[in-house]
Amino acid sequence: MATARFWRENASMYNLIASRCTACGALQFPPRTFCPVCHRRSLGKMERFKLKGEGEIYSFSIVHEATADLEMQKPYVLAMMRMDEGVMLTAQVVDCKLEDAKIGLRVRAVLRLLSEEGPDGVIHYGYKFVPLA
Amino acid sequence: MREVAIIGIGDTKFGELWDMSFRQIGIQAGLAAVHDAKLRAEDIDALYVGNMSAGRFIEQEHVAALIADYSGMARDFTPATRVEAAGASGGLALRQGYMAVASGMHDIVVVGGAEKMTDVPDGLSNDIQNSAADRQWECTFGATFPSLHAMIARRYMHQYGATREQIAQVAVKNHKHGSLNPKAQFQKEITLDTVLKAPMVAEPLGMFDCAPNSDGAAAVVLCSMEKARNYTDVPIKILASAQASDTLALHGRPDICTFRATQAAAQRAFKQARLEPKHIHLAEVHDNFTISELLAVEDLGFFAKGSGGKATADGQTLIGGQVAVNTSGGLKARGDPIGATGVAQVVELVTQLRGQAGKRQVADAKYGLAQNVGGTGGTVVVHILGVA
Amino acid sequence: MTSRVGIVSYGAYVPRFRIAPKEIGRVWGSDGEAMGKNLMIFSKSVPAPDEDVITISTEAAREMMQRVDVDPSRIGALYVGSESHPYAVKPSGTIVAEAIGAVPNLTIADLEFACKAGTAGIQMCMGLVASHMIDYGVAIGADTSQGAPGDPLEYSASAGGAAYLIGREKIIAYLNATYSFSTDTPDFWRREGQPYPSHGGRFTGEPAYFKHVQATAKGIMAKVGSQASDYQYAIFHQPNGKFPSRVAKMLGFTDEQIKTGLLTPRIGNTYSGAVPLGLAAVLDEAKPGDRILAVAYGSGAGGDGFDMTVTDEIEKVRGRSQMTMAKLLEKQEFLDYATYAKFRGKIRLKEGST
Repeated sequence: MATARFWRENASMYNLIASRCTACGALQFPPRTFCPVCHRRSLGKMERFKLKGEGEIYSFSIVHEATADLEMQKPYVLAMMRMDEGVMLTAQVVDCKLEDAKIGLRVRAVLRLLSEEGPDGVIHYGYKFVPLA
Repeated sequence: MREVAIIGIGDTKFGELWDMSFRQIGIQAGLAAVHDAKLRAEDIDALYVGNMSAGRFIEQEHVAALIADYSGMARDFTPATRVEAAGASGGLALRQGYMAVASGMHDIVVVGGAEKMTDVPDGLSNDIQNSAADRQWECTFGATFPSLHAMIARRYMHQYGATREQIAQVAVKNHKHGSLNPKAQFQKEITLDTVLKAPMVAEPLGMFDCAPNSDGAAAVVLCSMEKARNYTDVPIKILASAQASDTLALHGRPDICTFRATQAAAQRAFKQARLEPKHIHLAEVHDNFTISELLAVEDLGFFAKGSGGKATADGQTLIGGQVAVNTSGGLKARGDPIGATGVAQVVELVTQLRGQAGKRQVADAKYGLAQNVGGTGGTVVVHILGVA
Repeated sequence: MTSRVGIVSYGAYVPRFRIAPKEIGRVWGSDGEAMGKNLMIFSKSVPAPDEDVITISTEAAREMMQRVDVDPSRIGALYVGSESHPYAVKPSGTIVAEAIGAVPNLTIADLEFACKAGTAGIQMCMGLVASHMIDYGVAIGADTSQGAPGDPLEYSASAGGAAYLIGREKIIAYLNATYSFSTDTPDFWRREGQPYPSHGGRFTGEPAYFKHVQATAKGIMAKVGSQASDYQYAIFHQPNGKFPSRVAKMLGFTDEQIKTGLLTPRIGNTYSGAVPLGLAAVLDEAKPGDRILAVAYGSGAGGDGFDMTVTDEIEKVRGRSQMTMAKLLEKQEFLDYATYAKFRGKIRLKEGST
């Protein structure tokens, strides 16, 4: 069971905790231990930064061939979201009619079930997005 | 650094090779290449094997040792190394072999690539391929490997006004080329309509926009240029071997319609070969998805960004066009046994440059370029070959 | 030392999918429309495959936190009451607490008492807050309850939840008093490992619901010395649309008083979410000075009663959020029975590896 591998990322998966390099101001999601731009200048200068959870769709696809975990939800909208703070991430857009998904749609993050490791395994929760309107 | 030549090539047919195991396909290609180079086992200094995921496909790691053993090289305790970079495993293995010979470390090196994908059910095969992306931050959240490319396609259409039809033309063209290649997995031409009406995988990409699951292996023999003519009358020189990396996750890029690693690797390769894109009229690029070929021909510098779709629709990348792209049939029609693909691309280029490509021969082919991609462009390897 | 305590904030969430009784009846060869009329339920909410008590509780709790400027680290207790916790062992509360930034300095526990587990949590928070053991407590009632296919309960068992922040400062509704009436009455139950609950048919009426709701209502009103006409709003547990109307009449309440807090006709019985959601609907419109009576009922059986008075603070807290129950319930998408069964795990899937 990949319990620890997901538990370790709870802060980011539940609360969109990113990192911010105080040397150059750049944000990273998921959080990093040093800034990919400043490199050594950023050591000891990284801080936690909570994303607000709002952004817009940068691109999307309606997925018909799904992984086992998402069989129940196909076809589903998978999108890359450009968060208002500038960082981009990848997640499902739910509570949205397939035909309403479009580039530029404003969305906000919610907590949803991502997967479970079998009927006797841990349940993984994380971010998905719903239309803001 | 000395010049390196390819003195032998070999490959299996690509497809669902039910009767052949991983080790069988590996040695079939390897033996063919060694035979083509008229070598004996004791002549070989080292073996490099490109393979993405034997550990999950056939529950076997340590595959370089396996191939060395079953191809008889364990007798001489020949060093064997497995190289992995998802879809770029083959091209990267070639690069390692090239560096070994160019540096003087080894004189004769065999580079092979092999993948046995059909011993697992489709669902598992898809999941294994998903690990070329960012498992923790893309796949966990619902991304599949095709869906990432589908998002590229949608953004590409949005940014450049390219049409769905233009993207689909890549598959039509590659099947046309594949119909001329007796080793291709698919040897039937298809119509644009077939591509457009195919079952959806991840919109806008359908079944015919995606390369198949395949079994297969390919191999080449490398030798220093100065000794090459001892083995072959038609040595093909590796004019450039270049590589670049980019973010693992697609969402880490500022623009998803450009593979910066292709641009960087191409720039490095052209510089090493002292050539420019306009000199290349033959290329094997990584069309695991139709959209990937459009990005490739643009990022390699053959066509302006955003115009790859039109160029394809206009026939510029057909045999006889401005640059014949994927004369083998590409990943789409030739097949895509992941670790083998990068080596198979080079096998095709060598075949063309030797003038042995039969019905799919590109006239007066002087140079050839191979572009091999790992993941959504996290690794790109570019080789440029030329007639010696 | 004890102080007056009350509701400081609230949040609600109802999944957007619905199914109509007529559609359920169609599949089981019953007159679904008549069933619906009989129960006074015209649609019920259905959770999406990626929703459960934890996601519903989180959404409600986040809404609750958004309305106020309370530092989540000041929350000293968090309780999630439900009869459909995703885990039998491992609390829903820890994930919700993590998701609202309340960890780690707090106590957490999951509660079960059929439909009144959420209000039981409110009572626990009242005690901890009033005694100054904690500054703020969170009590959530949420469910994604199931009814056996073809059983009458299938027409009503639905999904939803609401969260309450209990504190001593900037109270929007004083929790003046609480009273509970509890007995051992096996009207409705579910054994460990069973997917669907069982019930005692007509036994669930008079000796269960009506006895306990009346006793609880009379008990709380006696405790504070009030009568039905003192209240602008009354919220009774609502396993269907009929029971609360009937018990209201028995106790001397009018349809007008219970109207706002009666959501079951539109969303079905959200079990532990029922009274919490009804109360949230009332808080969306109640005016300063309004008196509210809430009586939750849980099978097994017991009732929790609350007497509340709304304060001026409510306008501020209401103003902070775009979301109202009315808006929340606007988003609805009706499903056919097959999709509903698929979502609710009622179709037997292949087990083992792909």
